[in-house]
Amino acid sequence: MNSLIFSSIPQLPLAHWIDNFVDWLVQFTGFFNAITNFIGSINNAFQWVFDLIPIWLFIVLVLALTYYVNRDQQNWGLLIFEFLGLLMIWNLDFWRDMTQTLTLVLTASLIALVIGIPLGILMAKSHTAEVILKPILDFMQTMPAFVYLIPAVALFGIGMVPGIVASVIFAMPPTVRMTNMGIREVPNELIEAADSFGSTEWQKLFKVELPIAKTSLMAGVNQSMMLSLSMVVIASMIGAMGLGTKVYFAVGRNDAGNGFAAGLAIVILAIILDRLTQSLTRSHRKH
Amino acid sequence: MSTQKSTKLEVKNLTKIFGKHLNKAKELSRQGKDKAEILKETGATLGVDNANFKIYDGEIFVIMGLSGSGKSTLVRMINRLIEPTDGEVLIDGENLMKIDKKELREVRRKKMSMVFQNFGLLPNRTVLENTEYGLEIQGVDKATREQKAKEALETVGITGYNDEYPDQLSGGMQQRVGLARALANDPEILLMDEAFSALDPLNRTDMQDQLLDIQERLHKTIVFISHDLNEALKIGDRIMIMKDAKVIQTGTPEDILTHPANEYVEEFIENVDRSKVLTAGNVMIRPTIVNIEKAGPRLALKMMKDTEVSTAYVVDSRRNLLGIVDANDVIKLVREKNGDLTSIVQTKVPTTSEDTPISDLMDDISQTGIPFAVINDKKQLLGIIVRGAVLGALAGNEVSNFE
Repeated sequence: MNSLIFSSIPQLPLAHWIDNFVDWLVQFTGFFNAITNFIGSINNAFQWVFDLIPIWLFIVLVLALTYYVNRDQQNWGLLIFEFLGLLMIWNLDFWRDMTQTLTLVLTASLIALVIGIPLGILMAKSHTAEVILKPILDFMQTMPAFVYLIPAVALFGIGMVPGIVASVIFAMPPTVRMTNMGIREVPNELIEAADSFGSTEWQKLFKVELPIAKTSLMAGVNQSMMLSLSMVVIASMIGAMGLGTKVYFAVGRNDAGNGFAAGLAIVILAIILDRLTQSLTRSHRKH
Repeated sequence: MSTQKSTKLEVKNLTKIFGKHLNKAKELSRQGKDKAEILKETGATLGVDNANFKIYDGEIFVIMGLSGSGKSTLVRMINRLIEPTDGEVLIDGENLMKIDKKELREVRRKKMSMVFQNFGLLPNRTVLENTEYGLEIQGVDKATREQKAKEALETVGITGYNDEYPDQLSGGMQQRVGLARALANDPEILLMDEAFSALDPLNRTDMQDQLLDIQERLHKTIVFISHDLNEALKIGDRIMIMKDAKVIQTGTPEDILTHPANEYVEEFIENVDRSKVLTAGNVMIRPTIVNIEKAGPRLALKMMKDTEVSTAYVVDSRRNLLGIVDANDVIKLVREKNGDLTSIVQTKVPTTSEDTPISDLMDDISQTGIPFAVINDKKQLLGIIVRGAVLGALAGNEVSNFE
């Protein structure tokens, strides 16, 4: 009986609507081309720099950067790990793939940060913005990342750019959320102190709220970076080059050895990026 | 102090209602319903109900009340950290409710500064940078604001901590920084919200003395919020008592003690100046302390000379009380070139706890020559009680921290 009533309701043409929407978006080719070019040029700039630096110098630079960000409390184990890990990637002949992956992650994280932090601030300041953004963020993060690839290809073609776009959508929510949370958790007395001395809204934001929310904000950036790294294999399906491609091909050829080797290179890259951004989170005092 | 009192700050019909149904709540309040009735009927909380008072130039005006009485809301309406529901705040005759955001910022920058209960210091900034904050946001150049901040820090008696961070300082020191930050702007009005309530008793007394000392030099108009009547009586030129959002009485400490407006105030002042409510903690003073694990006879002697006492209290590194040493014995040790104080420590010291009423100690204090040591349950030395301070406290004088 029930099933009869239910079957009399026509099926919702949800897929059709979304197709129509994507088709409608496609007519703004000029706009999407501009975005594609813009993202592409950021990506190419990173790649150009990475291709320019000799491998040995790159390794030295990574070690020097690690040494610098940990200057208060040196982590020798990490330095040794980075040295050996990068040597291994070089030895396995994954170097160019690694820099391509790094480029994708850095570009996606940079865009996620540039869009995500202001959105997080807006969310912290406006109740309306929070109510609207929260479900959108949930959607962005829980929708299977594969799904983003389909419209991304339609709008941005194939290659690095749609991969980056899909990564940004998937990886941005933590930055927005943690920025929002960090600012909301600034003690009320500090807000009152800032106001009582006559700070403008911008002064309060830059001199009080953001510095105090820094730890939480950087934790969000770190998470975004890790999430975009988790997208590299998926993005390789639509032509984003890098270590992900190696893994993807290995899957196609049932080649466990090369698959794991490339996977290990991703892990090494992930650990280096994670530790570096985590060290940036710690505050450095004058003494 | 001044015979001609000019009004610095005037508050007229100032009202704050939190929640919805403002008009209905206002109406009920006009009909004379109290805070609890209004909450029950409308769900709105009456924060401050129709407060009216004047604060004169250069006086310390203490707003007194228990928690929930509306005193913190009231002080925040004076600089509009909380927007009043109704009423006016006039500074030098200018109505603060009529000015726009930009003008309000100017008033906050130039005319009044606030000191907070939990200090409100920025944890990521050094002491000096915190003190500079008010000037920094006004766009004062680095050299000038550093200069002014250093002067303010000197005024409150902290030098040499410029590059420390707030969490490296004790509570008392942090609040001095809070006060210095407020003074650095050279405001006409200081708003102090329970500024000393988070400090331990000895530090609180110190800060009260220091505030009075600073006030003698700078003549600010100070609005001081407190829940402690002893504090109010000590520092206030005039006191306003609040209860359940309403102003109960305004007057000089003398007025309040001699003519309490109602039973509530009477009950309040009954708790003042009586040996049964004054505890050892209230009258204790800071002793000369020698840490036996670090100091030898020479240092002990120097400390006793510096503080002009003949008895020093000996503790270990955990501040546990071991006994006392007498100056004569210490001099002997120094002559004998003996480096260890242990042999001359007298372990028989009368002790008491912080909460003991003075009345219980009176007999013993009058009979023994050695001051009582106030210790906590971990046997750590908190302070000592000397006869003069007890008599002074009973006579209603403030307890000074030096013999």
